[in-house]
Amino acid sequence: MADYSSDEFLISVITGLLPEKGNAAVGAASPVPGSAVLLKRELTGGALRASLIQGTSNNPFTDGGRELFDAAGQGRIDVFFLGGVQIDGQANLNLVGTGEYPALERRFPGSFGSPYMYFTVPNVILFRPEHTRRVFVEKVDFISAPGVSPPDVQRIGGPKALVTELCLMSFDRDKGRFRLESVHPGHSVEEVRDNTGFDFDVPDKVPTTAEPSGEMLGVLRSKIGREIAGTYPEFAERVLGYRAELSA
Amino acid sequence: MTDQTDVAALAEQVPDGALVALPPDYSFVPMELIRALIRRGVKDLHAIAVPVSGMAADLLIGAGCLRVMEAAAVSLGEAGLAPSFTRGVQDGSLTMKDSTCPAIHTALQASEKGVPFMPLGGIIGSDIVKYRNDWKVVDDPMGEGNGRILLVPAIRPDVAFVHAPLADRHGNIWVGKRHELFTIAHAAKTTLATYEELHDGDLTEDPVLSAGTIPAMYIGGLARAVEGAKPLGLAGSYGADMEHIRAYAKEARTQEGFDAYLKREVLGGQAEAAS
Repeated sequence: MADYSSDEFLISVITGLLPEKGNAAVGAASPVPGSAVLLKRELTGGALRASLIQGTSNNPFTDGGRELFDAAGQGRIDVFFLGGVQIDGQANLNLVGTGEYPALERRFPGSFGSPYMYFTVPNVILFRPEHTRRVFVEKVDFISAPGVSPPDVQRIGGPKALVTELCLMSFDRDKGRFRLESVHPGHSVEEVRDNTGFDFDVPDKVPTTAEPSGEMLGVLRSKIGREIAGTYPEFAERVLGYRAELSA
Repeated sequence: MTDQTDVAALAEQVPDGALVALPPDYSFVPMELIRALIRRGVKDLHAIAVPVSGMAADLLIGAGCLRVMEAAAVSLGEAGLAPSFTRGVQDGSLTMKDSTCPAIHTALQASEKGVPFMPLGGIIGSDIVKYRNDWKVVDDPMGEGNGRILLVPAIRPDVAFVHAPLADRHGNIWVGKRHELFTIAHAAKTTLATYEELHDGDLTEDPVLSAGTIPAMYIGGLARAVEGAKPLGLAGSYGADMEHIRAYAKEARTQEGFDAYLKREVLGGQAEAAS
């Protein structure tokens, strides 16, 4: 078994969820999803396109802040990543704050583009490492972006999967429920249940999440460190051991 | 031709109570002009972030210049929560109109076209819609069976703020691919711009630079401000001073800390002269 860090493991889990082709976009302040997308691009020989909106590296957008949203609205973005201060069992996301709106007990930055990307991108991967009852609640205090919509609202996109530090879940849009797909090595179904504030489906047998192969880790460290350093130099150095000045 | 002036005189052109458009922190923010606005003691501004803001909004909020903030998010990014914004919302002294990125872009595009509103997909079911009395959800008005759709009213800022890497003697400014700055300049009644360097020639006549040039017809005032985006960055010229921004995020967690920052970094000699 290869040695790897928790961030490298999460990159590997997300990489396993990505399609073999299409266009995966990544928002700001998302080094783990960004690394996964760049790794999958490498593994698919470029068939999966990587579109990072932060910084100038791997950022293909040239028409201002609206271009990502216009492209998503047209169906040009196949994968996007969202998180939340709170996420509930219907995959509603809260990025605004906790307590009663508008005064709130704790105010967070705001909804960003979540209620649009959630409707327009077919494969939204929810990434929230902290797996606690503080985050995974029965009902969010504020719905920034709803997990499901009634039939009279056009919607192509929505939640596909949830990746946390404990497990991988999928989301069934017809049932409006999460399903536990696998539990990460060293953790248990009970631990997931104890730390989740909402009800979810559990199959009879829950597999252990696959660990990254030595080959994948090799590509990640040798090639993706350099790529992600263009956007997240500190992360590239700390997590992937890549230092720009050493490679020159 | 657009008059050349200095940054303090630009700040004088912004009336109290104006609706002002702020670029996001990565997109050429005229921080020196923001500091000049605070020094001039501007009041009751309604700021619209395009579509998010950080340092610019947070300084204006902490200094008591803003009455209303409209944004998809206010954050210092990797430096964490925007302290004055967070405090202002939690203690109720700031009115926050929560929005979402594409709604702000779309509302500004409506102004670009001179139409009163624009439709936008998605969003319905978000609590944002519930709290926005100025937004409207309607049945497909074309009768094509496309279900319900959101309409957002046009946003027409009184003033847009831009810091450009280049300007010329004709009053044109160059912002490259930062096209959200084109959008706010088109949508606003006027744009006040600062710039780093004077371009010798006419930017609109240069076949390469003209594609990234906002022409003088949109620019109401222009002043040179070298390193005018600092502590934020200016892509292609200088990076953000993350150490400064992180230190601000920490110091401004209390109003006393913010006031100390303001006195030291913004008011400077003025504060001493007044005391």
